[in-house]
Amino acid sequence: MLRDEDRIFTNLYGYQDFGLDGARKRGDWDNTASILANGREWIIEQVKESGLRGRGGAGFSTGMKWSFMPKNVTDKPVYLVINADEGEPGTCKDRDILRHDPHKLIEGCLIAGFAIGASACYIYIRGEFYNEGSNVQRAIDEAYAAGLIGKNACGTGYDYDVYIHRGAGAYICGEETALIESIEGKKGQPRNKPPFPAQAGLYSCPTTVNNVESIAVVPTILRRGASWFAGLGRPKNSGTKLFCISGHVNKPCNVEEEMGIPLKELIEKHAGGVRGGWDNLLGIIPGGSSVPVLPKSICDTVLMDFDSLREVQSGLGTAAVIVMDKSTDIVKAIARLSSFYAHESCGQCTPCREGTGWMSRVMQRMVTGNARMEEIDMLLQVTKQVEGHTICALGDAAAWPIQGLFRHFRPEVERRIQAYRNSAPLAAE
Amino acid sequence: MSAPASDHGHAEPTSFTFTQENLELAKRIIAKYPQGKQASACMPLLDVAQRQNGGWLPRVAMDAVADLLGMPRIRVYEVATFYTMYNKNPVGRHHIQVCTTTPCWLRGSDDIVHTCKKKLGIEVGETTADGQFTLGEVECSGACVNAPVVQIGDDYYEDVAPEHMERILDALARGETPKPGSQTGRQSSEPVGGPTTLKAFSTAQAED
Repeated sequence: MLRDEDRIFTNLYGYQDFGLDGARKRGDWDNTASILANGREWIIEQVKESGLRGRGGAGFSTGMKWSFMPKNVTDKPVYLVINADEGEPGTCKDRDILRHDPHKLIEGCLIAGFAIGASACYIYIRGEFYNEGSNVQRAIDEAYAAGLIGKNACGTGYDYDVYIHRGAGAYICGEETALIESIEGKKGQPRNKPPFPAQAGLYSCPTTVNNVESIAVVPTILRRGASWFAGLGRPKNSGTKLFCISGHVNKPCNVEEEMGIPLKELIEKHAGGVRGGWDNLLGIIPGGSSVPVLPKSICDTVLMDFDSLREVQSGLGTAAVIVMDKSTDIVKAIARLSSFYAHESCGQCTPCREGTGWMSRVMQRMVTGNARMEEIDMLLQVTKQVEGHTICALGDAAAWPIQGLFRHFRPEVERRIQAYRNSAPLAAE
Repeated sequence: MSAPASDHGHAEPTSFTFTQENLELAKRIIAKYPQGKQASACMPLLDVAQRQNGGWLPRVAMDAVADLLGMPRIRVYEVATFYTMYNKNPVGRHHIQVCTTTPCWLRGSDDIVHTCKKKLGIEVGETTADGQFTLGEVECSGACVNAPVVQIGDDYYEDVAPEHMERILDALARGETPKPGSQTGRQSSEPVGGPTTLKAFSTAQAED
């Protein structure tokens, strides 16, 4: 188990003051100027060497992302945008950073903004997180008053502003270009890429969009050294990670653990085990609603990191572990996610707009078994036609849970269809 | 698409004017964005307008935002109808929004919806006759380790069992504000019974 000394989010549960005084006691804002004095290149190199991969779901190297930003100053401003539109079902980790450790995020915003040459940062917080956003605003106000951000931030001569932009209820705004559209005052519909935000993002200016957790861990990485972070977890899957454990466990919780911790150990150590014991486990969605469900046989041994979960055809995603015991109607659980994606599709691309609704309707029939056997393969074929054929990954995210269901639980759906036909042979014909 | 906020049979007000206080607030919001990019203030100003108007956005309020920002009105209607937190129809004084996405559903959100329906005597999407309560189902609220979650106004009520839900609705009906957060006494997202980590940091006294 990760030692407390290696935990970054020491106020994860909010037992202490989230304000500047409390944050300073936890080591935040400790001589930040000396970190910036090392220069942009050094910061980016350190973050690359730490092996930090984006904590918002895709797992792309954070340092690499920063290195895509223009090196030379142009007449165009440069922006850092923080994605705090947390809404992936199962995920509630950024919420704890926003409300309990906002100074870690703001200090990270300053350092990351400096590294990419930004003049300002917008933190996009989902609208429902009203109180969380208010805590962040209080922390921003404190940081301005203390000269940590704003003109001559931390006395370095660097001018840097941080603002909050609140969302208003749209899952799709978690997609980075939809989020940018939303800040510009439009519907949150994803943009075609290229151009990528690093070339033309917010207001057509070079922009980097990072997840809250990715940015909030940066100050600690730079203080303790890239090798410290890289030494935790496994190669290419390094560091600590916030896990959210929900569903049928005895003690649902958020916890910071080492990357690569076995899934079973994570649940038994921190979440009080599966309700009714490990043998009562049916399946687990290991990384938020978008990643395919895993049956118990895989959960027995799988490690919680990007590459281990990809090897078993799932993903770490946001590290939101949704646990389902044997009492779960697994078909209904996945069908509920299908209706989520149908609700959240922005309507821009035809395969997603039409496909998510169609898949959701067929999934509803699969729950009761009111379907023909051949419709299973037809449904899977449609998921393949949606996947990869849309501007953003929402189409993929709607397809994968269904594919995961049939990969591991197909006999259950077939049983229901057979039972339905047996009980109502005429109606089924 | 039909005109927003006009097809539900409720009375649409004929005018909307920002209060002086909210106009000052609007100025501060617009100043957060670069010059010429005031359209970025569209979402926050719709929120200001909605709060001023008792929780919903009539079309005249959208028009007021458009005029203030120099935006074509249709662009503001697009935004107001895209995001679910803008209410295009009147809502009750207490907007009860029960999360029913899978993590909450696994922890019993169906029972919470049922309790609300029974107690309030309305279906999802309806408002009580006295205008006190509107019941809604929402997609993932993002507090899944404290499921089931119910958002009421700006506050989250977490770890909600049916008996908590009844108590919360009773308190609201009496004009009280029940305590938000975990209804089972958890500090926040730590495991029930206390954290398994960070024990030295897990009391308020540990601060000094």
